[in-house]
Amino acid sequence: MVFFFLMSGIALYGNKRPLPPLRSINPFTKLGKSIGISVEAGKRIHLALGRGLITSVNAASSYIGLNVMQRIARVATVSDRPPVATSGDASLSLLSQDSLKSAYRSMGVQSQFNLSSGRLTGVTPFSYAVGAISVINDEESAIDVMLGNFGSEVVLIADASERNGNASLAGSDQLLAQAVLYASSEDTLIGEEMFAAGAYLKSGVLHRASLYAQDTMRWLIILGILIGVLLKLMGIL
Amino acid sequence: MKPRIRDPFSASLAIASGLIVLLGYFLDTPLLMSIRQIFIQWSIILMAFALMIGVTNLAIVHWRKLTLGSIGAMYSAVILFSLIITIGVVGYFGPLSSFSNQIYSSVLLPIESSLMAILTVSMVYALARLLRRKFNLFSIIFLATVIIVLAGAVPLMGIEIPGLHGVEGLRSMMLRLPALAGVRGILLGVALGSVAAGLRVLLSSDRPYGG
Repeated sequence: MVFFFLMSGIALYGNKRPLPPLRSINPFTKLGKSIGISVEAGKRIHLALGRGLITSVNAASSYIGLNVMQRIARVATVSDRPPVATSGDASLSLLSQDSLKSAYRSMGVQSQFNLSSGRLTGVTPFSYAVGAISVINDEESAIDVMLGNFGSEVVLIADASERNGNASLAGSDQLLAQAVLYASSEDTLIGEEMFAAGAYLKSGVLHRASLYAQDTMRWLIILGILIGVLLKLMGIL
Repeated sequence: MKPRIRDPFSASLAIASGLIVLLGYFLDTPLLMSIRQIFIQWSIILMAFALMIGVTNLAIVHWRKLTLGSIGAMYSAVILFSLIITIGVVGYFGPLSSFSNQIYSSVLLPIESSLMAILTVSMVYALARLLRRKFNLFSIIFLATVIIVLAGAVPLMGIEIPGLHGVEGLRSMMLRLPALAGVRGILLGVALGSVAAGLRVLLSSDRPYGG
């Protein structure tokens, strides 16, 4: 509830006055440039959305992947090779098709939308990874964006991306995936950085407001921990 | 963009469903509980249908690749052949039959095990290239931590190095203090980010359903 009111309050403030600028996160800056180059060169953008079930606690990371996909698709619809989204969960693949269709429609090019742009490539971690690798290898992608719920199998996708000389951006809500991605991917989003994607890709004032709300909540939690430590040291707790 | 009639309708439906399920967690009323259960049952049925649609979509993509003779068409043929055989065997003999289990234990399991082995090699390779790709303080700390934790996991040729192995060793200390603190910090950030993402969907700022 605190988070909700904080976010709503900041969003209302943001509608009237400009919010403070965001700190620079290098991977997002590089992603914007890479997308521009890729679209101009007529290369494909591949979005790996992971295996997050939409009814599980991992759904949030899948929503972030879908949001980023929509933002990228709006820019990339003009490319000769439309973006392709791969997922390891059937319901997520349906949502990716729907989101891509929505992005095409918003750009007024719905007739160019193809259902094969949003694919289920496998339902086990490794079959999903292998299916995503075949998209990277066979369909000549130039950028691979890996955002969602992944396990350690994501290193196979990141490795294929690097072997093809592609630009890549990766982030996951799983610690194991974050660790292997740090070693294997060119640009990795650690911790909550992935959840800030919408704010950095200019998805609206509510995204920026939620980012400031997250920061405020984090400081409140840190303050709470410090107070707890002090009270413990003083023998009150 | 021309707005469609179903856009606000689908958004309202999504918000209402989300709020009802969320309220069911906070308020212990039988009505909300039963509605939540019904919604969850519906979502399970929908997910089963989604799987059928997803597999059909996968088959269509690979059929197109095969008929157009695209790169990797041979692999598409293998996928389609495996799909037909699996559906045939499981459909005819049942999912719990020995033939269906044979497909799992003789084909799927060995392939996944092989991929697990490749994963280990890929991780070592990625680690070896890390300093070339990102030469900075964090990469050096990352690499040093990996080496200390791996070397401290088992005695080296049966010899325990004082200060590295054991409960009071460097490995144990690193796992207990900085690693645990880092893990908690990252998980806290992920949890806050997940709450924010969920609220944005509830407020219809994010529409993963494409409305």
